[in-house]
Amino acid sequence: MLQTRPRVALFVTCLVDLYRPTVGFAAIKLLEAAGCQVEVPEAQTCCGQPAYNSGDRTTARDLARNVIDTFLPYDYTVVPSGSCGGQISHHYPGLFDDSDPHYRGRAEALAAKTHELVSFLTDVMGMQEVAARYDGVVAYHDSCSGLRELGIREQPRKLLGSVQGLTLKELVDRDVCCGFGGTFCVKYPDISVRMVSDKAKDVVETGADTLLAGDMGCLLNMAGRLKREGAPVKVRHVAEVLADMTQDAAPIGEPK
Amino acid sequence: MVHLTSPAFKENAARALADPGLQKALARTKPQFHGKRAKAVAGLPEFEQLRNIGRDIKNHTLANLDHYLEVYAANVEKAGGVVHWCSTADEARAVVLEICRQAGAKTVTKGKSMISEELGINDHLEAHGITPVETDLGEYILQLRKEPPSHIIGPAFHLNREDWEQSFRESHTDLDPKRVFTERRDILTEARTKLRSRFLAADVGITGANFLIAETGSSVIVTNEGNGDLTQTLPKVHIALASIEKVVPTLEDATSLLRLLARSATGQDFSVYTTFSTGIRRQGDLDGPEQYHVVLIDNGRSNMIGTDFQEMLRCIRCAACMNHCPVYGATGGHAYGWVYPGPMGSVLTPTLVGVDKAGHLPNASTFCGRCESVCPVKIPLPKLMRHWREREFERHLTPGTIRTNLRLWAWFAKRPAAYRAVTRMGIGALGLLGRGKGAFKWLPFAEGWTRGRDLPAPEPGGTFMARYAKARRQGR
Amino acid sequence: MSKDAILGAIRRGLKRGPLPADQAAMLNGRIASHPRHLIPARSRIPRAEQIALFIKNVEKEFGTVQRIPDLAGVPEAVTDYLAAQNLPARIVMAPHPELESIDWTARPLLARETRRAQEGDLVSLQHAWAGVAETGTLFFPSDPVRPATLNLLPETEIVLLRASAIVGAYEEAWDRLRAERKDPMTGGWMPRNLMLVTGPSRSADIEQTLELGAHGPRRLHILLVEDEAAPREMSRAEARAQATAQPGTPAAPGD
Repeated sequence: MLQTRPRVALFVTCLVDLYRPTVGFAAIKLLEAAGCQVEVPEAQTCCGQPAYNSGDRTTARDLARNVIDTFLPYDYTVVPSGSCGGQISHHYPGLFDDSDPHYRGRAEALAAKTHELVSFLTDVMGMQEVAARYDGVVAYHDSCSGLRELGIREQPRKLLGSVQGLTLKELVDRDVCCGFGGTFCVKYPDISVRMVSDKAKDVVETGADTLLAGDMGCLLNMAGRLKREGAPVKVRHVAEVLADMTQDAAPIGEPK
Repeated sequence: MVHLTSPAFKENAARALADPGLQKALARTKPQFHGKRAKAVAGLPEFEQLRNIGRDIKNHTLANLDHYLEVYAANVEKAGGVVHWCSTADEARAVVLEICRQAGAKTVTKGKSMISEELGINDHLEAHGITPVETDLGEYILQLRKEPPSHIIGPAFHLNREDWEQSFRESHTDLDPKRVFTERRDILTEARTKLRSRFLAADVGITGANFLIAETGSSVIVTNEGNGDLTQTLPKVHIALASIEKVVPTLEDATSLLRLLARSATGQDFSVYTTFSTGIRRQGDLDGPEQYHVVLIDNGRSNMIGTDFQEMLRCIRCAACMNHCPVYGATGGHAYGWVYPGPMGSVLTPTLVGVDKAGHLPNASTFCGRCESVCPVKIPLPKLMRHWREREFERHLTPGTIRTNLRLWAWFAKRPAAYRAVTRMGIGALGLLGRGKGAFKWLPFAEGWTRGRDLPAPEPGGTFMARYAKARRQGR
Repeated sequence: MSKDAILGAIRRGLKRGPLPADQAAMLNGRIASHPRHLIPARSRIPRAEQIALFIKNVEKEFGTVQRIPDLAGVPEAVTDYLAAQNLPARIVMAPHPELESIDWTARPLLARETRRAQEGDLVSLQHAWAGVAETGTLFFPSDPVRPATLNLLPETEIVLLRASAIVGAYEEAWDRLRAERKDPMTGGWMPRNLMLVTGPSRSADIEQTLELGAHGPRRLHILLVEDEAAPREMSRAEARAQATAQPGTPAAPGD
């Protein structure tokens, strides 16, 4: 563990802000438990990924500048999402070419100290276990950006392994996308639905009663499909379980 | 020639998703690809290092492509071969036809070649009275069925056994119509017999090339069936079709790429036949062609050099990207609407036919990145697809509704206070609508989402930022 | 002219003109020295293990291997193999001096023709120039004594390979080719046709299910001559065979 309490800024992400505030509170609880001093900068909105992936670099750059200005003063920026985290830590520097060396440098500086939540807890803060209980059989879905951009694979499984009462099951084809893909899911709904149906089938086949992941986009997509199929699988963000906050909100897509 | 239907990608995809035969074939094919490649890669601990080497070899070659092409061509000529430089598909077609005419060719056998599909060689020859015969088993049945390939190494993977039997019965009318195909082997044997006579009768053999070697002036083909070798060995004229980026400097360079190719493609350590052809029959040789022509084709490649898309020219056509692509896995290859499907096609097709026609392809990706993670020469396929989206956005090819929504959303996202206010209202409204429901079966403006899945309602109690601010005010 | 158009377009993309002489010389130097890249560790093992690895890889790819002590064992091995496969005792054989030097008289019932392959030939006896342990791959450089059709037309191919001709990695075979062979036409060493063969012909085009014997041989049977005691050099027979390939010299018997 670090000697002093690092100042950590939480980048909440749009989907957690709008859809699943409990994940934000769970992230704060986990970060504090790991010895961080957590702040939530007021000026944050969106990391700009929808614009970036739609080919609108100008807007993506404008939004990136706002995030950079807001978050650069902190020791770390932590994001409860592999995809928004990857946007900042992997894609921001490339938005600023040689014509804007000032922001390029700032983007690189922010990228270097931005982390996805669970990997930050284990890899930077050295967290080995959590104080949580969850009685259930859990399947964990690796989000693509977390897995391939950020190399997050074992970290969530390690912490989940310390949750009392929890049994972890692995999905077949666990490195296959759930079909969310940001705007993809509404631009190409037929293909997206096929992909998420395949994923839902894999989830049901594990026999798990709960599905966890680290990205709200994937979770909304998979929860939406499982719900449509009437599959009795509870869907939650991994942080809710790790922070022992599953009492605070009903599973995604379930009435309170 | 493959008829371009890329503009109708969405309709093509919908049809593919509703085609039970295709879905059966895809379900069978997918797990095989993954498992075989994974096993082959696990068997070679140096595979990851080799990927870097493969990338570097190709980058070095592309940076000096003019030089290596000239060295290559000089060495072909030393071995009695002729190099035909062709800027366009039209030129290449004309050259091939002229060679066939000079040879007095009636039938031409062909090894599987994607560049041949790109050029539309078969239609051109047929239009001029020359019969092209595809000899790769997959290409052969597609020729019988008048279908384009759906995959760059397994062109007929979209077919099921019953399709093969039906096509063979309809086409091989000289055989007993009551014959029984008890095993797949019987289908294979019938094709072997049918094609053997074509091999022996052909006047010209046309193959593609996986690599061209500057050092020796050789063209290299990699096959498992042996049809490519029969095609280039038996007739008196061999034509090798190759695009300009196929050249590598030395045998050592080709060897490193060959170590990657089969493992990435079929999961074999090495393909059954890797054959180097260098010029014409030597004095005293008992077999081999008397003429050797290389048709060296640009057809848009040189325009990619020096652009964002230069990296695509590293592609060695292994198909690992499509084999691991969940979108390809859902729709199969025909939906992409041209010669090259899957992620490599989504990058390459817009460069070759225009992004105005193939604009869907780079958009039909979740950017899951699995393609890049298996690419043997580390082409950043998602990044290149994103570059296409940027070009589309700049050229106002992105659909108007998307642009408008994006602009509206961006206006708020750039203004945190306004964003906060509008999201609070929006989520409040959605919360009211969804109260007690947990999820929506249908919502206006979200039809794309709700067609096949529910839309989970937001957690009650307002946005995180509002709740957090309230908690802070209350001193928590 | 298209050549100039293509080269010009490439150079425009690369933002330069033709390479300056010193840079071109450097690239030519790279070709001349043909540096090796990474060679996988799997084949960098002692000789005996290399041979074992070769056999293992051939068998993994559905080929078969029979070890024989010397060339004298070839006729018996061939006839026994044909009988075991229920094939007629008839082969078409490469006009390779090493095969021709064999005393076949003990097997008078085995019909042999020495020539290239033709339609209708069921079994060929071919001569392999090298084997690569890394993947169980055979090297067949074409020349007057090693016609390529023998690797392609018959349903069954029997191959003679000396154990001493097995190398670890492909790169070693390239170096041997460069050192030992001379092409009569180019003055280089690359033959017109060089087939690298790994197992019998196959296809998975029908429902992605592997079937052997697509267009080429369905069976690939290697007779491995255990001559390892002697260090590998180009055999005198092979040197003679190459000499026959020089323009203007009389063809070898059997051509």
